[in-house]
Amino acid sequence: MEDASAYRFENMESKPTTSHRDSASARTGPGGSVMDKPQGRIDRLITLSFAKSVEISFKSLRVRFFRSMITVSSLVLAVSFLAFVLVNLDVASGLLAHGGRDAATVLSAAGYDVDGSGGGVSMAAKERWIVFLSLLVCTVGIINAQLMSVTERFSEIGVMKCLGALDSMILRLFLLEAAMQGLAGSLAGAVLGSLFSLLTGAVRFGLAAWVHVSWLGVLGSVGLATLAGCLLSLLGVLYPALVAARMEPINAIRAEH
Amino acid sequence: MTEERRTIVRVVGVTKRFTMGKVEVRALKGVDLEIFAGEYISIMGPSGSGKSTLFNMIGGLDKPTEGKVFIDEVDISQLDAYELAWLRNRKIGYIFQTFNLIPVMSALENVTLPMTFAGMNADDAQDKGIELLKLVGLGERFQHKPLELSGGQQQRVAVARSLANDPAIVLADEPTGNLDLTTGEEIIELLRMLSQDRGVTIISATHDYKMLNVSDRVVWVRDGVVDRIERREELKITVGGIGGKDNGRAEATVHGGERG
Repeated sequence: MEDASAYRFENMESKPTTSHRDSASARTGPGGSVMDKPQGRIDRLITLSFAKSVEISFKSLRVRFFRSMITVSSLVLAVSFLAFVLVNLDVASGLLAHGGRDAATVLSAAGYDVDGSGGGVSMAAKERWIVFLSLLVCTVGIINAQLMSVTERFSEIGVMKCLGALDSMILRLFLLEAAMQGLAGSLAGAVLGSLFSLLTGAVRFGLAAWVHVSWLGVLGSVGLATLAGCLLSLLGVLYPALVAARMEPINAIRAEH
Repeated sequence: MTEERRTIVRVVGVTKRFTMGKVEVRALKGVDLEIFAGEYISIMGPSGSGKSTLFNMIGGLDKPTEGKVFIDEVDISQLDAYELAWLRNRKIGYIFQTFNLIPVMSALENVTLPMTFAGMNADDAQDKGIELLKLVGLGERFQHKPLELSGGQQQRVAVARSLANDPAIVLADEPTGNLDLTTGEEIIELLRMLSQDRGVTIISATHDYKMLNVSDRVVWVRDGVVDRIERREELKITVGGIGGKDNGRAEATVHGGERG
């Protein structure tokens, strides 16, 4: 116990005195327990700056580009479906606001739930369920893909831990990767879905769909779908990242043999 | 020679039990060991002797069931996660049988990663990384990814990486296990040079008899206990017998050492 606290002392003590402590004096540290090594510049505790974390996770995404694409593809599909449905609603409300009664009948015929009194359009219950289910399936898909990615990188994580990485660093790297994947994937999905929705709108209702639609609303829908996608991506990586972060380095290295 | 030296690793009464399914396996049955700063130690023993378990204990990668492991007079079972990370980062350098470089990073990035964790600024880390790669003879190949390097070169990068934060101890787990004869010898020579020139304590778990010639002491582990510890001077007599029993390769190496 006494030894351990001496060790802690060495840890703590080295932090604030970095500036006025040259490598010569570092050698004759407290209790002679400091190693005979140049300690001049390397004096702080274990760190990994945010910028560096972003750099590392971006690199590992880039190197595994194809793999990441597969992880992201389910997200792209689910988010584009969400965006498609949301923008469809935007188009329909635009038409309804402008066209009044005639538009309401046309929209009802096209399968929208038109609220006669309030003049609003809402998702059909069935549609709501399908959107919900697609997002659920997508999350499960992300968890699956990320768990595989963690398993694939067992030894890499173990090595990082042997080199002194903390659990929180591993967690951060995985979360950052997921956030980047989520942002890129759901942005692509949202843009894709809304474009497709606008196209089908124009085909079904003519150019009136584009004229009367609230572009701010469309932008809002794209934003909402993107946000949802990012959240799902982070949700999906949470468990795999925890598994990775909690892993003992010894198991990680053994896993390869 | 070693008497006046400082103890860097002390293993006291360490036992380790694993439960594999319903069977309890006693990997270590009470090991005491003292390793001095600057020594080159080989831990030898057949597979399943507890050699790797002992090795992992010394490296702070595994905790003993009973007993204590002190590194630099610090009981490592008392350390929390941060201090363990600090220990792995600054005090110990690891070299593995399977090299275990991070495949997505270049040789230089692999070497500088521990320095990044240690909070060294990027430029200094870069300079030191190149310097270390030059030391292991890979000065001009620092931009290569691990998969673009041969096994021996990868292990050289791993050696450079293990030295990143000037550790007191370098732990080498079967460093020559995946290498051919000549490349293995080069790595052993590199380790020997490091222990002599830089005063690094090198502890290697191995069953490569080429290691015997350069080791200051050899710890023989058998059935979870330390069978015997031999100094290099004593070794040459005993090893002849072992080399004879074993394959011709070991014999040749040992005889070569005797002549030289």
